[in-house]
Amino acid sequence: MSEQLIYDLGSPGRCGVLLPDCDVPQEAIPAELLRADLDLPEVGELQVIRHFTRLSSLNYSIDKGFYPLGSCTMKYNPKLNEDTARMPGFAQLHPLTDGAGSQGALALMYQLQEWLAEISGFKAVSLAPAAGAQGEFAGILMIRKYHVDRGDNKRTKILIPNSAHGTNPATVTMAGFTAVELPSDENGDVDLAALRAACDDTVAGMMITVPNTLGLFESHILEVVKAVHECGGLMYMDGANMNALMGVVKPGELGFDVMHYNLHKTFSTPHGGGGPGSGPVGVNEKLVPYLPGPVAQIIEAAEEADDAPLYGLVMPEKSIGRLKAFHGNFGMHVRAYTYIRANGDEGIRGISRHAALNANYVRVRLQDTYKIPYNRYCGHEFVLEGHFEGVENVHALDISKRLMDYGFHPPTNYFPLIVPEALMIEPTETEDKATLDGFIDAMKKIAAEAHENPDLLRSAPHTAPVSRLDEVRAAKQLVLCCRPIPEWAG
Amino acid sequence: MSNLKTPSDLKYTKNDEWLRIEGDTGTIGISDYAQDQLNDIVYVEFPDVGATFKVGESFGVVESVKAASDIYVPVGGTVIEVNSALEDEPELINTDPYGAGWLIKIRLSDAAEANALMDAAAYTEYCNSRS
Repeated sequence: MSEQLIYDLGSPGRCGVLLPDCDVPQEAIPAELLRADLDLPEVGELQVIRHFTRLSSLNYSIDKGFYPLGSCTMKYNPKLNEDTARMPGFAQLHPLTDGAGSQGALALMYQLQEWLAEISGFKAVSLAPAAGAQGEFAGILMIRKYHVDRGDNKRTKILIPNSAHGTNPATVTMAGFTAVELPSDENGDVDLAALRAACDDTVAGMMITVPNTLGLFESHILEVVKAVHECGGLMYMDGANMNALMGVVKPGELGFDVMHYNLHKTFSTPHGGGGPGSGPVGVNEKLVPYLPGPVAQIIEAAEEADDAPLYGLVMPEKSIGRLKAFHGNFGMHVRAYTYIRANGDEGIRGISRHAALNANYVRVRLQDTYKIPYNRYCGHEFVLEGHFEGVENVHALDISKRLMDYGFHPPTNYFPLIVPEALMIEPTETEDKATLDGFIDAMKKIAAEAHENPDLLRSAPHTAPVSRLDEVRAAKQLVLCCRPIPEWAG
Repeated sequence: MSNLKTPSDLKYTKNDEWLRIEGDTGTIGISDYAQDQLNDIVYVEFPDVGATFKVGESFGVVESVKAASDIYVPVGGTVIEVNSALEDEPELINTDPYGAGWLIKIRLSDAAEANALMDAAAYTEYCNSRS
C-alpha cells in the first residue's frame, strides 16, 4: 500500500489550524500539567484532506459495492435517514432537556417502541440498550430477575443450540449462568430429543436465533417453545435475523418471552465503524415490569381528539436498571423511525420477502457448483462449503480473497462452526437481480479457477491495496504503535 | 485427509483430541486433522496443574485465526503437567501436533475409560466421513 502514515507526511512547524481569538479571560495552564513529549503530526490542511480522502477511497463499503457478509445484514441505508437525524430539533437536543422541551423526541421514541412491539408481537419495548450484545445482556438479566423474584434460585442454566450466534454463550456467562450447548439434527434444526433431555427445573431459559445461523427457520419452533416453558424456563429469541421475518412471523405470537432487535441490521441504521449500534428489547406481559429504563410513555392522555398526549420517561417498576447514560443511542432511533415510517406496513413486509427471495435465488443458482449442507428453503441467508472435491489446499478463505478481485466484499468465513469451510452469504433485499447475477457469475468463475489454476485463489487478492495480511501476528501482537511507545503509555 | 497423520499408537475422540497412555500417565493433544481445520493456532488456555477433570469435561481452549475451540479430556484424571512451551510458540501444535505440540499430561483416574475411544483406523474413517 502506497499511503504513508500521517506522521511521515509532516514537517516541523507546519500547521493547519487557525484558532479564533480567545473570548474568555486566559489562565496559564499549571506547569506540572504541560507536556513537551507529545508526538503529534505537524501537517497542513491540504495534506490532511488528501491523506484521509486517499485512505477512504481504499476502503470498501456498501455505498461502493455488494457486501454479502452473512449474519450482518449489510443492507443499503437510505440517505433519508441521515436527513432526519440531522434535523436541528433532534440533532441539537441536549439529553438533559426536560420533558416539556423534548416532547417531539419523546413522541418519536414512544412511537418507535410501539412499532417495534407491533412488528414482533410483543407487549412492550425498551430502546435503552446500546447495541445487540447489550440487548442480549438485558434480556438474560430480565429472565434472571424474573426467576429470583419468584424465589426460584436453582435455575442456573441457559440452553443454547450450536447454530446460535456466538454472542449468546458470552451473554449467558456474563449474566452468571452456565451455557448448555444443544446439538442440531440432520435438518439443521434443534435436536428435540436432546432438548427434552436437557429440560429440568435448573433451566432458566433458552436462547435461540431464528432463523438460525444456517439461515434456516426452526421447523419445530412451537415444540421447542413448549418444551422449555413446560420445565419453567423462559424463551429468549436472538432477533439479529429479524430481516427474514418482518410482516411474516411475530416472535411474540410464537411464545417467545423476550427478544432483542438490531436496529443497525434490520432497520437500516449505520453499522460497524459508522455506528453506534442500537439493540432495543421487546418483552411479553410477564417481563414488562423488568424492562431496562427509561422507557417513553404517555403520562397524560390528550383531552381532545386532535391534541397530542404528554409524553415522559419512566423507569419500569422492577426494572433491571440502566444500561447506558441517558436514553440509548437516540440518533439511531430517529433513523429506524424514519425507515419504518417511510416503508409503511406493506413496505416492511416487502423487505423481508425480498431478503428471503434474494438469498434463495443465489442459493439455488449456486447449488450445482458448491456443496450446500442443509439445502432447503432458507430465510435471509444461507451457508455453503468453500472447498472442492479433488482440489487440495483450496479453502473458503481463498475463495473469499479471490472474490475481492471481482469487486465483491467477501462473505462471512468459517461461521457457523458446524459447517466445514463455511461461507455465509446474505445478499439483503436492497440488491437488484443484475448485482446478484454478477456475484453468482464470479462465484462460478472462481470454482472453475479452483480446478484449472488453484494458485490464482491461493495468492488472491491481486487487485486490493494490500494482499494477504499476517493474521497470526495480528492475533498475537497486541501492542501496536507506529512510533516508539512513550514512557507514560508503557 | 490424505496428507494428515493419524499415529496408530494413539486413541482418539470425536472432538479430535488424541491420548497417549504410558503407565498411569496420559498425554493429551489435538489431532493433525484438528490443527488443519483450525488453521494457524495463536493461543492456548491451560488448566492449573492439580486440577481434576471427569471424562469429557472441558479443560481449556485452543484459539486460532478461525475460531476458539473448547478442548475436552478423553479420559478422567488429574493434571500433572502442561506444555508451557506453547505459551510462546502455539504454532508447535500446527507443525508437530503429536510431538512438541502436546497440550497436557494427566494422572489417569481409570485407564479403562480409554477403551471407549477410537483407534487410528476408526478415527481416520470418522475424519473422512466429515470432509
